[in-house]
Amino acid sequence: MSAPTLEVRNLRTHFFTRGGVVKAVDDVSFTVEAGKVMGLVGESGSGKTVTGFSILGLVDAPGRIAGGQILFKGRDLATLPEAEMRGLRGNRIAMIFQDPMMTLNPVLRIDTQMIETVLAHAKVSREEARQRSRDALGQVGIPSPDERLKAYPHQFSGGMRQRVAIAIALLHKPDVIVADEPTTALDVTIQGQILAEAQKLCAQFGTALVWITHDLSVVAGLADDIAVMYAGKVVESGPVTQVLDAPLHPYTLGLIGSVPSRNRRGEPLRQIPGMTPSLLNLPAGCAFRSRCPRAEPGCAEPPPMAEYRPGQHARCIHPHQEAVAA
Amino acid sequence: MTAFLLRRLIQAAAVVLVMSLLVFLGVFAVGDPIEILISPEADQFERERAVKALGLDLPLWQQYLVFLGNALRGDLGRSFVFNEPALKLILERMPATLELAIGATVAALIIGLPLGLYAGLKPNSPVSKGIMATSILGFSLPTFWVGLMLIMVFAVQLGWLPSTGRGETVTILGMRWSFLTSDGIAHLIMPALNLALFKISLVIRLTRAGVRETMLMDYVKFARAKGLSPARVTFVHVFKNILIPVVTVVGLEFGGTIAFSVVTESVFAWPGMGKLIIDSINVLDRPVMVAYLMMIVLLFITINLVVDITYSLLDPRVRLEGKQ
Repeated sequence: MSAPTLEVRNLRTHFFTRGGVVKAVDDVSFTVEAGKVMGLVGESGSGKTVTGFSILGLVDAPGRIAGGQILFKGRDLATLPEAEMRGLRGNRIAMIFQDPMMTLNPVLRIDTQMIETVLAHAKVSREEARQRSRDALGQVGIPSPDERLKAYPHQFSGGMRQRVAIAIALLHKPDVIVADEPTTALDVTIQGQILAEAQKLCAQFGTALVWITHDLSVVAGLADDIAVMYAGKVVESGPVTQVLDAPLHPYTLGLIGSVPSRNRRGEPLRQIPGMTPSLLNLPAGCAFRSRCPRAEPGCAEPPPMAEYRPGQHARCIHPHQEAVAA
Repeated sequence: MTAFLLRRLIQAAAVVLVMSLLVFLGVFAVGDPIEILISPEADQFERERAVKALGLDLPLWQQYLVFLGNALRGDLGRSFVFNEPALKLILERMPATLELAIGATVAALIIGLPLGLYAGLKPNSPVSKGIMATSILGFSLPTFWVGLMLIMVFAVQLGWLPSTGRGETVTILGMRWSFLTSDGIAHLIMPALNLALFKISLVIRLTRAGVRETMLMDYVKFARAKGLSPARVTFVHVFKNILIPVVTVVGLEFGGTIAFSVVTESVFAWPGMGKLIIDSINVLDRPVMVAYLMMIVLLFITINLVVDITYSLLDPRVRLEGKQ
C-alpha cells in the first residue's frame, strides 16, 4: 500500500516565549487518506489551529516545529526548505481560514487575489489564469462568476467570501486541504451548504481534508475519522461513529455531553467543570486530571496512547470501556 | 461623485468666508502699519493722505467689506511696500515654495517608506531599532538648528552643496523652476532634506506601525498560505494597505509643509512665499499677509479634497460609499 496522503507523526510545535516554552502542540499524530475527512476537535487553545499552521509551514516566530514529522506522500514537510514548502503551499496543500471576513485582502479585487494564486504555481497566461479562476468560482456555486471576479471582498456576504476562499483553495486541486473552522462564522443554512460543497469536492478530487472545528455535530456529519485534542495532545482518536457513540476518554465524553440535544430536553445542560489549563505550566501527567471525575493518583504519570478498541486510541489509564449512554 | 464634489465645494466656500474674517481680524490686531510705513518726519497732512490712500481711515467692518468685495473680483489688495498686487507677489514666489515642499515630500516618501517597511518587517533587528531611535531625532530636533548644521557641514566644511538661493532656473509657463537644472537641484537638496526631516520620521513611524498591524491580519497569512512569494505578499498585500494611512497623513501634511516652510526658507535664503511672509510681517504689509494666509487656507482646502479623492482610489470601500 502506498503512503497515505498526510501522516502527522508525534508533531510538537512549541512557542519559545519570554514566559517559558508554550507547548501548543505536543505529540500529535494522525493520518488522512485521499478522499477522507479527518475531524480535528477540541476547545479553544487546544492546539488545533497551530497543528493546521504546522502542516502548512506557517508557524510564526517565536513558534517553531520542535519535533516530529509531517509526512506528505512520504516527504517530511517539517524539514522541507522554505522555497520548496512555498511551492506546495496553495498548490498541493491548501488552507481555508476561520473568518471569511478577514481572509480576503480588502483592497484587492477578487480576480487579483485568485489570478496571483494561479500564477504562483502554474506557468500559464494571465488570460488562462482568469479562466481557471472563473471556473473555480463557478464550481463553488457563485452565480455570474465573470462579474463577481471584478468585485472587491466587501461587496460579498460572509458565506460568499468563504466560497471565494474555498475556490482559491481549490484552484490547483490540492491533495490536502486544511480547513480551520471554516463554517464557525457563518449561519446554519450557509454552514450546511458549505459542508455539502466540501464533501462533494473532496470525493470528486480525492482530496484529503483536515477539518478543524470545535463543533461535534459538524464532525459527526462530515468526518470519517476524528482526533480529539486537549492541551496540545490528542487524547482520543478513531473512526468518527465509534468515538462519538462510545467515547473512551472522559474528556471526549464531557465534550459530547456539552452539546445541547433534543433527547435530554428539560434536563440541565451538562458541562465540563473548570477550564483549560494554561499551556505555560501544565500539570505533570494527564492535563485533564484536574477536571476529570475519574481522576486518581495514577493520573499524575503521563498516560500513554493505547488502542482500547480496534482503531480507537485514547490517552487515558481508566477509559470508559463500559457502554456509556451519551 | 458629482454630488460629493458639489457638497465639498459649498463647504469649502463657507470655510473660506469664516477664515477670511478671522485672518482679517487677526492681521488687524498685529499692529498699525502706519507707524512703520510713514517716515516719522511726515507732517499731519501727509500722514492723513497716506492713511486715506491705503483705506485705513474706514471702520474695520467697512474695510472688511471692501476687502471681501475686491477679493470676489480676484483682487486681494496691493502691497503697501512694493505697490504691486499682493496676489502677484505671492504667485511669483509660489513655484519656489511648491518646488521645495514637493521635493521634501518626495524625499520623505523615498527615504521613509523603505526604512519604515524594513523596521516593520524585522522589528527586532538592531538596524530597525537604530532606525526607530533616529526617527525620534527627526521629530525632536528643531528645523532651524538642523538647517544650520547642514550648512555648516555640507556647505562650509565640505563645500559640496551651495547654502543659499535657488541657483539657475528655467522658465516654464511663465514660472521659474530650479529643479530642471543641475545647479538648481544642487541648491534644492539641502533645504528639501531639511524640510523633509520631520516628514521622514513621520512616514517611517506610520509605515512601521502599518506594516506591523497588517502583518498580523488573516489575509496576509492567507496570502502566504496561497504560496505567494514573500515579495508579492509584502509589496502587494501589505503595501497597498499601509499606503492608505500614509497617503492621508502625508497629503494633509503637505499643506503644513508649505505653510511652515517659513523657517527653512529663512535659513537657506530660499526666495519662496515663506520668506515673503516673514518680510511682510516685519513691515506689517497687511494686504500681503492677508493674501498669503488666504492662499494657505485655499491650499489646505484643495489638499483635503485631493486626499479624499486619492483615498477613495486606494480604498475600494470608500469608493463605493461615494457612489451611493
